[in-house]
Amino acid sequence: MPGLGTSFGRGGATTNLQDLQNADCILIEGSNMAEAHPVGFQWVMEAKRRGAKVIHVDPRFTRTSAVADLHVPIRAGSDIAFLGGLVNHVLTHDLDFREYVVAYTNAANLIDGAFADTEDLDGLFSGFDPDTGLYDPTTWRYQPPEDMDEDEQQREEELEGDEAPGADQRASHQAARSESHGSGGAPVSWKGRRDETLQDPSCVFQILKRHFARYTPEMVQEVCGIEPEQFREVADALTSNSGRERTGAFCYAVGWTHHTVGAQMIRTAAILQTLLGNIGRPGGGIMALRGHASIQGSTDIPTLFNILPGYLPMPQASQHQSLDEWVEDEEGKTGFWGNVRSYAVSLLKSYWGDAATADNDFCFDYLPRITGDHSTYNTVKAQIEGRCKGYFLVGENPAVGSANGKMQRLGLANLDWLVVRDLQMIESATFWKDGPEIETGELVTEEIGTEIFFLPAATHVEKAGSFTQTQRMLQWRDKAVDPPGDARSDLDFYYELGHRIRERLAGSTDDRDRPLLDLAWDYPVDERGEVDGQAVLREISGTGPDGAALSAYTELKPDGSTACGCWIYCGVYADEVNQARRRKPHWEQDEVAAEWGWVWPANRRILYNRASAAPDGSPWSERKKYVWWDAEQHKWVGRDVPDFVPDRAPDHVPDKGAKGPDAIGGHDPFVMQTDGKAWLFAPLGLADGPMPTHYEPPESPVHNPLHSQQGNPARRRLDDPHNPVNPSFSEVFPYVFTTYRLTEHHTAGAMSRTLPYLTELQPEPFCEVSPRLARQRGLEHLGWATIVTARTAIEARVLVTDRLRSLRLGDRMVEQVGLPYHWGGNGITTGDSPNDLVNVTMDPNVYIQDKVGTCDIRPGRRPRGRDLTAYVADYRERAGVDPQHPTNGGTD
Amino acid sequence: MGSLWGRLDDVTGDAGYVDHEPRMGFFTDTSVCIGCKACEVACKEWNQVPDDGFELTGMSYDNTQALGASTWRHVAFVEKPFETVAAQPPQEPPHPTTTDLGLPGMGPPGWDTHESGLPSGEDQATASGDGGIRWLMSSDVCKHCTHAACLDVCPTGSLFRTEFGTVVVQPDICNGCGYCVPACPYGVIDLREDDGRAFKCTLCYDRLKDGQTPACAQACPTESIQFGEVGELRERARLRVAELHDKGVDVARLYGADPDDGVGGDGAFFLLLDEPEVYGLPPDPVVTTRDLGSMWKHVGAAASALAAVGVASFLGRRR
Repeated sequence: MPGLGTSFGRGGATTNLQDLQNADCILIEGSNMAEAHPVGFQWVMEAKRRGAKVIHVDPRFTRTSAVADLHVPIRAGSDIAFLGGLVNHVLTHDLDFREYVVAYTNAANLIDGAFADTEDLDGLFSGFDPDTGLYDPTTWRYQPPEDMDEDEQQREEELEGDEAPGADQRASHQAARSESHGSGGAPVSWKGRRDETLQDPSCVFQILKRHFARYTPEMVQEVCGIEPEQFREVADALTSNSGRERTGAFCYAVGWTHHTVGAQMIRTAAILQTLLGNIGRPGGGIMALRGHASIQGSTDIPTLFNILPGYLPMPQASQHQSLDEWVEDEEGKTGFWGNVRSYAVSLLKSYWGDAATADNDFCFDYLPRITGDHSTYNTVKAQIEGRCKGYFLVGENPAVGSANGKMQRLGLANLDWLVVRDLQMIESATFWKDGPEIETGELVTEEIGTEIFFLPAATHVEKAGSFTQTQRMLQWRDKAVDPPGDARSDLDFYYELGHRIRERLAGSTDDRDRPLLDLAWDYPVDERGEVDGQAVLREISGTGPDGAALSAYTELKPDGSTACGCWIYCGVYADEVNQARRRKPHWEQDEVAAEWGWVWPANRRILYNRASAAPDGSPWSERKKYVWWDAEQHKWVGRDVPDFVPDRAPDHVPDKGAKGPDAIGGHDPFVMQTDGKAWLFAPLGLADGPMPTHYEPPESPVHNPLHSQQGNPARRRLDDPHNPVNPSFSEVFPYVFTTYRLTEHHTAGAMSRTLPYLTELQPEPFCEVSPRLARQRGLEHLGWATIVTARTAIEARVLVTDRLRSLRLGDRMVEQVGLPYHWGGNGITTGDSPNDLVNVTMDPNVYIQDKVGTCDIRPGRRPRGRDLTAYVADYRERAGVDPQHPTNGGTD
Repeated sequence: MGSLWGRLDDVTGDAGYVDHEPRMGFFTDTSVCIGCKACEVACKEWNQVPDDGFELTGMSYDNTQALGASTWRHVAFVEKPFETVAAQPPQEPPHPTTTDLGLPGMGPPGWDTHESGLPSGEDQATASGDGGIRWLMSSDVCKHCTHAACLDVCPTGSLFRTEFGTVVVQPDICNGCGYCVPACPYGVIDLREDDGRAFKCTLCYDRLKDGQTPACAQACPTESIQFGEVGELRERARLRVAELHDKGVDVARLYGADPDDGVGGDGAFFLLLDEPEVYGLPPDPVVTTRDLGSMWKHVGAAASALAAVGVASFLGRRR
């Protein structure tokens, strides 16, 4: 999400699934789309029927590969090298869409003279502090403009003269603040000096060229195991399907995001698509494939520690003592994000209603403030260490679904209390009697003090509500049946919980209780006692001073007269109509189908669509016409809601010193960026660099061929004795493993392994290996195998298949073990959980774990009970895992 | 009673319906199948078909194995690796007239590399790494034959031809005699073990009566399973094969679409990307009641001859 957020200004898919049918070329990488998004995949098939070339880059040959035109086997985790190679190809052979690049990107911007690249510093950018693992991005900034305004001059003085230079900018990299760029790019201090000829050595274009110069097809072969011929085939397909007349689309999913360099993988794709001029155009863009039904919604209206609804960053205790301090960084910056105060105040008003006034900073002080990393894995560590006492698991099964299952269960076992709300009796609720640690004796049931409450949850057909799926579309669902017995919706649960807590606290004089007591907590409830979800949606959409529903976030005010639960959703209840509930069939609409559901922002289906027109406002071509300038009507018209100021002329130059949306120029399609441009180089916003660099996964069988810096220097480690990392290039763990999904099962399995119809389709846990690996280790097709890492060992049946390709990297072969991760101890089909093998090392931008690691695999079933822990201990010792420094994987 | 053999253009009329709707059926285009198995699940959900056993077969991703009394849609998966450079030398020279069925061998697959036996042309295989590889996926179903042997041999009249031209078995009449089981040339219909009766795909007869689409076709995300009038589907399929041939996919061919074939053509027919045997389908299915007429004629002739000999021997004896 920060990968797209810093590149374009919003951290979500730039297009929609249906638009894939308009692509001339589709690259699917870091995704097994046909298996994981089978319904959305129909649009790829439609594109193929219309003549598009479909390319699938994946460590395995999957059901997606089977219908693709080309499958490129790649070593899991090496995508930056491959994509970087494509970037290098484009830049070396001048195959970029030059007009687009000059006008709409920061290619022309000049970068500070003190900036040093990974090519200069052997794998590091300038500004790295090895003690903290953090970058100070001061040297990455734009050179200031020739004539600076007052604000800009003040800013420069701050940056030059600060005792702790760039302290607040550095803070932007702490506590995953990068994730706050879900809707609003990182705020640069000025638009900066540009060289539109792209020749100046310190311009972004030239810096990019130098940065990727060593990513040749030969390097790609050495790092990724991809043949130069195949590389060229992909390069040709992408470049020949770009420009005025043709566009290409990228699709990605957790094959990119679940890595310590995940955000940078996405950044590389963003750079490539931007150079090819595909962003904001029909059949182009980056289709970020988010998985669960409402996963986009779960970051829009988040349950994450670091962001608030609409990607407002959580205030930090050390920096934000007041509302002013909280918004001042972004306030007034170019684009709609510059109106952040309006969004923030409206949110506070929706939380605290009448209690929030201008006098009390709109109850800003009631907001909890973060003090560091409160992410999920750190929380688990806190649980193990006894610092976190209670836990709500709501529709989440970390004992199976999160990395390092043992740590998850040890954490659960050390809580005072645990509340689990789910449809089924999941492993995270039963770990205390039948988890793997009971078998080994690491946990003893009678000694676990956790008090566990299991509350049955209503399914999605037993409650009304909205889903926000991968293309940012909100779709309302009506309730179809009443939930059985005591099952209730999450909405009802939390509303009731809030009531009971407030009852307990009623009459309290403790200041600490005021945030709860002053909440606006009064939704309408029906005869059955169920909360009216539409009232909640309406509150999220926002109301004006007269209490009437708002139509657009441009109506939000900073003076407390508007309330809005999520500014990017403002308008979903426009005209007092639940816009998300609209279901006008596609045969009654055009292809864009704007009257099905509601998409944020403002029902725009393709983002940045001003870029579908040339700088002068005319379409790039008749074939790829989408949104264009109508001079007669003096506004932007076309097939979609324009993602631009409706009446801003294509040649408009903003006044010097203009603020917010007024500062958007006619050539600034990326309206949420503080300079209006797509960022090839990200001066701010990402914790691990302004440009992507190939680093090896934390556990790797090979040395990084590009730099001595082996892994991502900024990666977040979880230093804990239960999280030992396999030493890299180890003979003891010589194979790469990666986890993935099957169509037939769903996530941690509670919704599929408990159902006969799905269980019979994939009835037993298995691993997939190539014939060569099978020969090497004596594995038999349908036999058993034990897979082992420094964390633990699991067993699975073996499928020997040519779909797992043996990869040639330089002069050695690398083998990969594939593991569908759905299995756990409960259900019709049960088995060991592959996530127990995975170590916790995280991307520093979003704190997401890396699903690639190293392992050993041996024929036969695994040892049982205490023999299992002894077996793993033996492996650790032989591999040289240092018990004092368990996360030193033999690298830095 | 209708005909048992030969071309039959109005199968519903032949079954006794006077003014009837056009014949309905399936065209399953396996070239766009993504192997998601939504068809299997939708069918079971709608028709309340019981689960059919939990066994990891090792037959690629096919753990369903075959059509039967409790499986009315079955997705087959066939992995056919094609390596231009053999990982190990082939164990014996490839036989020029054999067809590689892609079945899992005793050892790891990929040993045998056939230049012959595999379809020619580069565009049938997805190029992958150092060579091509193919993963064929196909959703199999009851063929609702024009000449349905199961229907012809059913003694109770449980199996009948509907007004849509489809073949349906009525569980409340079926006595479990099992005659239909060996009759089917495709091995579709079968008896349910814990029940005793025969079951098979109904082409969602109940949904058709309400003007709806069968569950599998409704669920299929890529429109691999297409439901409609058989005549129209055949035309669509013909155009699709031509389209694929133009793109260089020479292997595309129809299966069960020929009204002159051994069963008079199928109401549910397919577009395949290889020989039928590769998918586990009989290459030349013939309705097993084809020879019924001639069999009885021969019986009749033999009986008459026997009778004639008997009579002649008595006549010859009389004094």
